[in-house]
Amino acid sequence: MLKVRVMPTVLHKNMGLVKGKRFDSWRRVGSAMQTIKVYNMREVDEMVFMDITATLEEREPDYNLIDDLADECFMPLTVGGGIRTVDHVRRLLQVGADKVAVNTAAVENPGLVRDVARRFGSQCVVASIDVKKKPGQDAWDVCTHSGTRPRGLDPVAFAREMERQGAGEILITSVDRDGTMENYDLDITRRVSEAVSVPVIASGGAGSYEHMYQALTVGQASAVAAASIFHFTEQTPLEAKRYLRSKGICVRL
Amino acid sequence: MNKVAIVDYGMCNLDSVARAVEECGGRPVVTDRASDLAQANRIILPGVGSFADGMARIRERKLDEILKEQVLGQRIPFLGICLGMQFLAAKGWEGGETQGLGWIEGEVKKLAPQSPSERIPHIGWNEVAWEDGCPLSRGIPQNKDFYFVHSFHLACGRPQDVLGRTPFCGGFASVVGRGHIFGVQFHPEKSQKLGLQVMRNFLAY
Repeated sequence: MLKVRVMPTVLHKNMGLVKGKRFDSWRRVGSAMQTIKVYNMREVDEMVFMDITATLEEREPDYNLIDDLADECFMPLTVGGGIRTVDHVRRLLQVGADKVAVNTAAVENPGLVRDVARRFGSQCVVASIDVKKKPGQDAWDVCTHSGTRPRGLDPVAFAREMERQGAGEILITSVDRDGTMENYDLDITRRVSEAVSVPVIASGGAGSYEHMYQALTVGQASAVAAASIFHFTEQTPLEAKRYLRSKGICVRL
Repeated sequence: MNKVAIVDYGMCNLDSVARAVEECGGRPVVTDRASDLAQANRIILPGVGSFADGMARIRERKLDEILKEQVLGQRIPFLGICLGMQFLAAKGWEGGETQGLGWIEGEVKKLAPQSPSERIPHIGWNEVAWEDGCPLSRGIPQNKDFYFVHSFHLACGRPQDVLGRTPFCGGFASVVGRGHIFGVQFHPEKSQKLGLQVMRNFLAY
């Protein structure tokens, strides 16, 4: 049986907005590299690597960095941040990414998802949709540019559009919950999961293994992604999967 | 040391395959040149993307003829990975009806979900039940998980060509082979220790 995936997300601020360009390249690779090596050793199901400032800084993906990271990564690697053209995707796949996540470009040019799917197959395009709940309403808005720009789009309709264009997976991230460890936004996760037939990855807000269980059951997600819980607490992907198995979820141990 | 040609036709993650070969003690050469392929003692055809597009790129570079000479003529051991496995079939339907290499009888068809919980693409870790004596499965326990990411599968014409099966969409052939020609639907280069073991087994074949 296909296993539910627990995916650590590494958020990378390449040239951090605050710290400017003072980080040298060795140092940047160093910290991301350590993380990837640890996860590779622990045999996690899949890694998500997001360069969260690439679009804001109007940069292309850092192919050299991904090349170095992928060399240490004998596990699936999804890469997002700054992807705007089919050629960006080609170069990322060439240096070792298995899948690419498109976010801002998918909103501004949905044809990109279609073109990438045609060229490289649906299975390597993840539509990464950042959502914010509208205050006091039972409605959400799609945001781009690392969650900073609301776009006036309904995430459910947009997820369906992404599937129609050829996206092979939907990564749904709650901007409100991200980093809070208060739980995934189960409502929007469920609505998107019910609306599309491709796998949906829940992201943003995991603070416990129970939250992951809820995202998979209440939220009906096919996989869970998490960052803070693995980076800032003692909790690990392996422990998460042991917990999920104890609750009857099919995982790889 | 094995010289392993990794066939480059502009369609995929070649670097990961090369890294895995290196990790397993082989010497990888990423190439689309006949001279490199002629010197190799193992050939790997990786690939992601659509069948029609991929075959067009293979034919454009005349790689179909070069591969035929090396694999069928010189009997160089061959491993197709993912789309590279699917090319072994006589025919594919992704992106329109397209002729494949035709080394394994069968057709490449879209996976057909048996329940709403089976979402396509088939992405993630799933089991492989190996046929006894498959040279790729040495040292690998039955029903261990490998990493898959695909929407189509090779429906084999001859049951004896199926060397491993995976329980999804009613069960599909995830490992095929005939003599020195092998194909795996999963990604050994992305399946951690057991994936690298499959790669080692291929290099040792």
